[in-house]
Amino acid sequence: MRIELVKRKEHSELMSLMSPLIAVGLTALSAAIIFAISGVNPALGLYKFFIEPLTEQWSLEATIEKATPLILIGCGLAVCYLSNNWNIGAEGQFVVGAMFGSILPVVFPSFENSLTLPLMLISGVIGGALWAMIPALLKTRFNTNEILTSLMLVYVAGLLLDYLVRGPWRDPDGFNFPESRIFSDAATLPDVFGGMMSLATPITIIIALVLALVLAKTIKGFEIRVMGESPRAGSFAGFSAKRLTIFSFALAGGLAGLAGTMVVSGSLNQLLPSISPGYGFTAIIVAFLGRLNPIGIIIAGFVLALSYIGGEGVQSGLGVSNKIASVIQGLLLFYVLACDTLILYRIRMVSRRAANPAGEVSHV
Amino acid sequence: MGTENHSEVDTAAAPFARSGKDKLLDAQGLTKRFGDILANDAVDLTINKGEIHALLGENGAGKSTLVKMFYGSLEPDGGEIWWDGQKVAIDNPAAARELGIGMVFQHFSLFEALNVVENIALALPNPGNMKDLAKRIETVSREYGLPLNPSDIVADLPVGIRQRIEIVRCLLQEPRLIIMDEPTSVLTPQEADQLFLTLQRLASEGCAVLYISHRLEEVQRICHHATILRHGQVVNECDPTKETPATLASMMVGAEVIAVNAAAQKPAIGDVRLGLNRLSAPAATPFATALNNISLELRAGEVVAIAGVAGNGQGELFDAISGEMRVAPDMIRLDGAPCGAKGINWRRKKNAAFVPEERLGHGAVPGMKLSQNIVLTRHSTGDKLVNGGMVSTANAGEMEQRIKKAFDVRMSHDDPEARSLSGGNLQKFVVGRELDRQPGVLVINQPTWGVDAGAAALIRQAIIDLARSGSAVLVISQDLDEIFEIADKIAVISRGYLSEPEPAADMTRERVGLLMAGGAETQGEVA
Repeated sequence: MRIELVKRKEHSELMSLMSPLIAVGLTALSAAIIFAISGVNPALGLYKFFIEPLTEQWSLEATIEKATPLILIGCGLAVCYLSNNWNIGAEGQFVVGAMFGSILPVVFPSFENSLTLPLMLISGVIGGALWAMIPALLKTRFNTNEILTSLMLVYVAGLLLDYLVRGPWRDPDGFNFPESRIFSDAATLPDVFGGMMSLATPITIIIALVLALVLAKTIKGFEIRVMGESPRAGSFAGFSAKRLTIFSFALAGGLAGLAGTMVVSGSLNQLLPSISPGYGFTAIIVAFLGRLNPIGIIIAGFVLALSYIGGEGVQSGLGVSNKIASVIQGLLLFYVLACDTLILYRIRMVSRRAANPAGEVSHV
Repeated sequence: MGTENHSEVDTAAAPFARSGKDKLLDAQGLTKRFGDILANDAVDLTINKGEIHALLGENGAGKSTLVKMFYGSLEPDGGEIWWDGQKVAIDNPAAARELGIGMVFQHFSLFEALNVVENIALALPNPGNMKDLAKRIETVSREYGLPLNPSDIVADLPVGIRQRIEIVRCLLQEPRLIIMDEPTSVLTPQEADQLFLTLQRLASEGCAVLYISHRLEEVQRICHHATILRHGQVVNECDPTKETPATLASMMVGAEVIAVNAAAQKPAIGDVRLGLNRLSAPAATPFATALNNISLELRAGEVVAIAGVAGNGQGELFDAISGEMRVAPDMIRLDGAPCGAKGINWRRKKNAAFVPEERLGHGAVPGMKLSQNIVLTRHSTGDKLVNGGMVSTANAGEMEQRIKKAFDVRMSHDDPEARSLSGGNLQKFVVGRELDRQPGVLVINQPTWGVDAGAAALIRQAIIDLARSGSAVLVISQDLDEIFEIADKIAVISRGYLSEPEPAADMTRERVGLLMAGGAETQGEVA
């Protein structure tokens, strides 16, 4: 018996939809095994991890809060990945965006009016985009590998933030704790829908919907997809790979920067040495689980946000380390990429010829 | 090499009596299925010792599937293979080599950065000492008239020599059957003659050759027996020396192939539409070819063909003319306007159209629908495909229907992904997409490469019709039959130099061959 992958003539629509679902199923199965090995009832573990966060108001709100930056960053990354630009550094672009967005409330705390928030959000976008420009320009100018450069810049950004909150931006009234001053009300994103979520969530959903339209219907979206699938055909169409690299990095960086600003302005209300539980990395999984499609990414963002809340749930409720959240996220990415094979290939079992010397037809 | 070899080949190709006694390979009822498609349907094929056996058929007829089963890279779903009187199961290529079956592939599997002996050592099961191997390579290659220098780096070698490496690699394993897949598609006529001598020498020593080709004249010249496949079935067997290329072609296609005729209509030559003026460009990578002082005038109403062996700068020349590679403005003019530094869409707006060699991945995006692939080249040519930044699916779909009808593009369902089309159908689509615009200048690289005879005739006729309607057409091709069929003038490209275009009527194959083998270069250097 041998397993063969047989190429399909065209990609399978059914498998495009099923692949993430199969991946989620396999992840749940693997998670159950891990729970069992850790000595926890697998059913209870899965319930605590995946279901319980949805049953209570506070945990639901926390899930939405965590999902928002994941969706926003994931949307930007999808544009990068669709166009064959492997931006792994969204975490750094998120952090730099948060720092740029905090300039106004931290350095000019007295600037308080209706312009404060819009200016903060704009500078967040600019900050993230500028940080993303470094790997983009290195790639277009010197042909460097953007996976390495964008990833390394994550750590540079982290250290920069650390320096700022411990040094020049430390709160003068903060008893030497490494944190910035608390943002004023004018610099805080308001809550909407009766306090269910901050304004960040509706902004994110609107951006995702606009992006979905751009990708599906416009010539820019067409360019992005062509370049990702076959750069040679893209240049035959007159599209410039370099310009698109700059564009997609700027967009992804800008959205990550916006997410960073909205997190510090909406939930944290100040800059801390660590402002992200790895949003920029988790968003990579979100982007792929969502099929690089903004609508799918909205759903995937919630699934992954659940893993953060669920991880805390199993730690406090069952005594399993919350590192299980990272393990499950990793498994999910692994399964999504593996299941994507089924979109262009189908599996068939072949019996060895030795097993049927009569030479009977053994195809499926 | 040279013309005197030619006559020698012709006489040596005397028909060989086909005797049923010395069967080397006997396949009976071989069947192979891919999903719903029956690629080989109960194929019977007998190859005798010392026989050059042609396997003919259009693209998709099942030739490759059949030989892959002989070479052990595919497993038959049914049927038997007998080798030298014994029933065998060929599980993998190593088993095939052990039996004495060698294969020379159409696309070479050589490492460019390694030298000849290293490449051969990699493919041998037990290469032994490199020095001894180098000596063996030298002896064997000289013996068979395929001299090789074992220490040459592959990247520096022309395609003809690279093929020799593959053949010598095969010979070192002392095969009893050599399978050759389209071996002459990359050779000059003189190199091909040299290859034929080698094959005849092998046959006279009792080695059998299974020769896959779509060049019917060659098959007639050197093969003793031919098996013709159509839709996975053996439709005919014959002695090719007793047939004409026309009868062989109709056996392959299953119908009369309409002959394309360029000479029937005299072209009315007009103004220069595309001018190349001392076009030069450095090689972009170590494996690319530099373009050197290429000058050419392409006039309205005529088809000019550029012949040449693959890898002599055809791709680079195409990229420069299309605008995918930028050069100095004055080096290229479209209807008099300098455009060397302009992009491809600027040139398209000036009514030029381009068809690249690679249809999948360059001319079309494999995973995109045909209607989207229309947007690929026509999004900025004023065809209402893009309105205010939005792509009009409806207009693209309409255009797809029109091209499908005009060029007889066959598909299993409406608007499929480009990758699901057969080579011939996709080529009809890619050519049709550009001809649909009635371009003033058409530049087309390898218009019928790997395309079946029916589709090729349709495409060639469409090219001629376009030129006769007042457009200028530049065809870059490696297929001399095609060039002589459609061209009004012929130029030859060699190592990035282009020879002076000469009227097709004054050109002979020998002269083209000499220009391919370097004549164009000396001419270009003088110019």
